[in-house]
Amino acid sequence: MSKRIQQHASLWLSLGAVLLIGIWPMLTGNALDRETAFTVLRAVALASSLNILLGYTGYVSFGHVVFYGLGGYVGFYLISERGWSLWLAILAGGLAAGLLAYLLGLAILRLRGAYFALATIGVNEAVRAFINNFEPFGGPTGMTLNFKIYKLYGGPANALQLSFYIILGLTLLVILVSYWVRTSKFGLGLLAIREDEDAAEVMGVVAPNAKTWAYVLSAVIPGMVGALVFFKNGTIEPGLAFPLNTSIVMIVMIMLGGQGTVLGPILGAAGYETMRDFLLVSPLFKNLQLAISGVLLLIIVLFIPRGLVGWLRQRYPKVRRLLI
Amino acid sequence: MDALIRSLIDGLLLGFVYGIAAMGLTLIWGVMNVINLSHGAIIALGMFSVYLLFTALGISAYIAVAITAVLGLLFGIVIYFIAVHRVIDAPELSTLLATYAVNMIIIGVGTSIFKTSPRNVPLDLGSVHLGPAVVPTTRLIAALVAILVAAGLFLFLKYTRPGRYIRAVTDNRDAAEIVGVPSAQVLALSFGLGTMLAAVSGALIATVFPFTILSGGSYELKSFVIGVLGGLGNPVGSLFGGLILGDIESLVPLVMPTTWTPVLEFVLFVVILLVKPNGLFGGEE
Repeated sequence: MSKRIQQHASLWLSLGAVLLIGIWPMLTGNALDRETAFTVLRAVALASSLNILLGYTGYVSFGHVVFYGLGGYVGFYLISERGWSLWLAILAGGLAAGLLAYLLGLAILRLRGAYFALATIGVNEAVRAFINNFEPFGGPTGMTLNFKIYKLYGGPANALQLSFYIILGLTLLVILVSYWVRTSKFGLGLLAIREDEDAAEVMGVVAPNAKTWAYVLSAVIPGMVGALVFFKNGTIEPGLAFPLNTSIVMIVMIMLGGQGTVLGPILGAAGYETMRDFLLVSPLFKNLQLAISGVLLLIIVLFIPRGLVGWLRQRYPKVRRLLI
Repeated sequence: MDALIRSLIDGLLLGFVYGIAAMGLTLIWGVMNVINLSHGAIIALGMFSVYLLFTALGISAYIAVAITAVLGLLFGIVIYFIAVHRVIDAPELSTLLATYAVNMIIIGVGTSIFKTSPRNVPLDLGSVHLGPAVVPTTRLIAALVAILVAAGLFLFLKYTRPGRYIRAVTDNRDAAEIVGVPSAQVLALSFGLGTMLAAVSGALIATVFPFTILSGGSYELKSFVIGVLGGLGNPVGSLFGGLILGDIESLVPLVMPTTWTPVLEFVLFVVILLVKPNGLFGGEE
């Protein structure tokens, strides 16, 4: 192995894991597998994005789904009412989410700890309630895509296939961003903020700027994913776009895999989705799916707070270089 | 004018019930810096406790409320020792997630038993005249019970030994431990009192409105808003916060569509967190 590959071994590992999820349905050629893989990739993209803020910077955003929902609404509106192409709509969704994060970040990132977490819940609920009343976006009933639009992308079947390639691309992009942040000087500043914000400021980290940009970075891709997912869904409404529960599931995935690592959210998201699928189809556990997830979360929080990757790093010091 | 006064009275009565739920949340936050995300689930359990005691066992509704209070206290102490005690000194993410896990477990088991069909406690005690307003008697009694519970908590914290312990731990846990306050028991008791208030509030709401096992979530969000209005960690402030929220809810529909109420509430919530994090009645940091 050349030195260069070795140096970035952990990146290759993470990208490889995502590619594996992406290639699996292409090999089986089964549309159902492709939908499962889509859900897993969506989860990986969302969890890895949130990890930039939660894992690296230590700010717990309980309402992160607001960016997904807003991106979804902006993208959907542009495609459905303004006739934009999917590509531009995805970019616009990401831009809208990033802009909201920038403006919000200036205000609420001053809050620390639980106050920040509460504020993010409040923001999500306020935006959801606002969209519920916002007539251009269809108010409480939301919007539905005209089926003809899929013809532009070669019919519904091809549109689904295209959506899959795009989510794969977006997920790979998140991993690259996440890895870059983790290994850059900017990221080092974020880690310092996580450990002790006041000390980081004394050492020359401009905390307000760094936090704001971390917030923006963690918001852009969820916005793009939202635009894509709701294009694929063909319908959007406030309850689907801003479920507070999804925010928390994102956090659970990060905790499961290991917060503050590149690989952790990938493993956590894939593991969580697999487990949920298993529980949902099992006749014994179908009704208790939520409760079992709860028990699992409690066990992780109480006994393995560093998640799978954190635990591996601690247990096997030799693989530490591989697992960042 | 009459419509205004009617709405105002209606809002005040509901406000007391919302207020004690928020008192529970803010008591726990004040004592141990934990945001209890199982709050809504416990409110829902309070509702179902009254429902089951009343419809299945035929126990009088207000005795059922009292039984629910005791159950809520015991349940909270159990939750504290299982889910919270181990992570009480960990970063706030741990306690947020631990209590959320409890929420998932309760809601998960609850939905598989009760499904999500709406229920109500069929209790009709007629209505009473309060000035120009005619309110259902159940609503008036709910407000009175809430006031009694709030007063009881206030006296408990002020004049009893465990109450003094709780206040000591709120001020400074380390110092309290040094002078011999059994902090683990005090934290467990505080958590139990917090969940007791949530359960009682749920029980009282059940005598007034229909509900499902998922209803607790929206009341939990209301508790957050109220807690922040009154100042997190300030139980008396919560009661006033509850009155403000109750009146916002009943007055807003007079001037704009009801669906704008949550927009106003949550914008207010975020703004107060930003400009007066100690609440409307709190001092400077």
